Amino acid sequence: MGVFLEQLVNGLTIGSFYALVALGYSMVYGVMKLINFAHGDLFALGSYVGYAVLVYGSCIITRTFGVWAGMAIAMACAFLLVGAAGLAMERIAYRPVTAAGRLPLVVSALGVSIFLENAIMAIWGPRYQAYPATVVPSVSWNIMGLRVTAMQSFILLFSLFLMAMLYYIVQKTRFGAAIRATALDREMATMLGVDVDVVIRFIFFLGPALGGIAGIMNGMYYRQISFAMGWNYGLKAFTATILGGIGNIPAAMVGGLLLGILEMLGAAYISSAWKDVFTFLVLILVLIVRPTGLVGERIAEKV
Amino acid sequence: MPPILVAEDVRVSYGAVEALKGVSLSLEEGDIVAVLGANGAGKTTLLKAISRILPLTSGVIKFRGEDMRKYPPFRLPSLGLAHVPEGRRIFSTLTVEENLQLGNYGVRDKMTPQDAEREMRRVYELFPILEERKRQLAGTLSGGEQQMLAIGRALVSRPQVMLLDEPSLGLAPLLVQEIFKVIEQIHRERGVSILLVEQNARKSLNVASYGYILETGKVHAEGKAKELASDPHLRAAYLGGAAIKR
Repeated sequence: MGVFLEQLVNGLTIGSFYALVALGYSMVYGVMKLINFAHGDLFALGSYVGYAVLVYGSCIITRTFGVWAGMAIAMACAFLLVGAAGLAMERIAYRPVTAAGRLPLVVSALGVSIFLENAIMAIWGPRYQAYPATVVPSVSWNIMGLRVTAMQSFILLFSLFLMAMLYYIVQKTRFGAAIRATALDREMATMLGVDVDVVIRFIFFLGPALGGIAGIMNGMYYRQISFAMGWNYGLKAFTATILGGIGNIPAAMVGGLLLGILEMLGAAYISSAWKDVFTFLVLILVLIVRPTGLVGERIAEKV
Repeated sequence: MPPILVAEDVRVSYGAVEALKGVSLSLEEGDIVAVLGANGAGKTTLLKAISRILPLTSGVIKFRGEDMRKYPPFRLPSLGLAHVPEGRRIFSTLTVEENLQLGNYGVRDKMTPQDAEREMRRVYELFPILEERKRQLAGTLSGGEQQMLAIGRALVSRPQVMLLDEPSLGLAPLLVQEIFKVIEQIHRERGVSILLVEQNARKSLNVASYGYILETGKVHAEGKAKELASDPHLRAAYLGGAAIKR
């Protein structure tokens, strides 16, 4: 039971990363019908921006105001910078080729992925980098034999908060309705007065920005980051997106958390070396059995 | 007074295929003008060109005397032009209410919340069934209800000109009656000018004051609706008159 609960907490923590990254995939896919293969690398970029800010920038703040203040600044930087990178990516790599169809877009996305990975390597070097222990909180609690760190609680709660915010924006606001309308029928949305370019820019800012937050939280949690980590996390989060049902925001959250739990339980009860196998087994099974994902489409299209 | 909507020698191509080969028409303020013609004559293309979804290869479209090319397509609703496209194109996974609210997205800066609320109310009065179903997903509505939703969605922006593309397509005869009644009612009560594209020539000429007949991308005939309806050639070709005459 102890192992089960512990792995459940671990699973929810990494599931939060997957969910946040999956949201970016899902949002971009919803509006652009594009699998943004560079999304995992934006996650990695978030890790590195967070690293740079924590180590070089906000250490003074950390020293004077404590670790939480330093983290807040680093996270804000990761959010804004990775969001800006997302906007630049849309402007430079996607907008010029959208008219050419979907395949050129995918190729362009792969190109951005390779570019980002190598840019990170060129800037920060090919070796692993480590977040210093002094920049993250080291508190942990013992709840009836179950060890939960402050970092884990923070990651889970903050991720849930971000997801709730996003859900509110997309489901409850007028602009959110415009986003959903654009995803369903871009031409009709335009005819009703929606500036589709604004919607696209919003999506390409917020999706990557959330991925960036996931990246820095991942760095603070494992404290070790690598320039190539984006690909792996990207694939996992993509699996989470498919598991939940692509293009659907609550589905991406569910898929991410579920995948994290599945992976951690599999690692504990079967073998941690097989962790990735579970993930991709899930991907294959979902694609065969239920390609619309667990949550899937709510109703059939009426002609 | 100059016409509220004018198309001058409009040409539109899909790749190498020219769909509109120089079409001119005008819509006077407060009128209903019907655009008739067979499938593929270019009726839908004409409406899409007017609402700037399709680019013109040449020609001009003027709305209240202004060249529309000055404005990006998403600005058209705020100028007073609403397009109810062929196939209704409601957002099926959004609720009925959300669909209607999106209808005034384009005029959100020009309308106070109270005005917007009042326009919603007027649409619900016109189509009570939509109010009953406002929490339902729009995709679960019947074809006729979806058409009402599409028209309602256009009305909440308080348009001056409405482009109506095949509103009776695919509806049962009783509903076709109903839709044409609604068109007349909108015209009478709100003074909206309507450009009506239809297959149902007889009913359209009945509600319209003027008509154009398109054939393979050109205006084949035009005239007062009554004259068109009684023209023996047109009766034979478009109104199924030949069979009745015997």
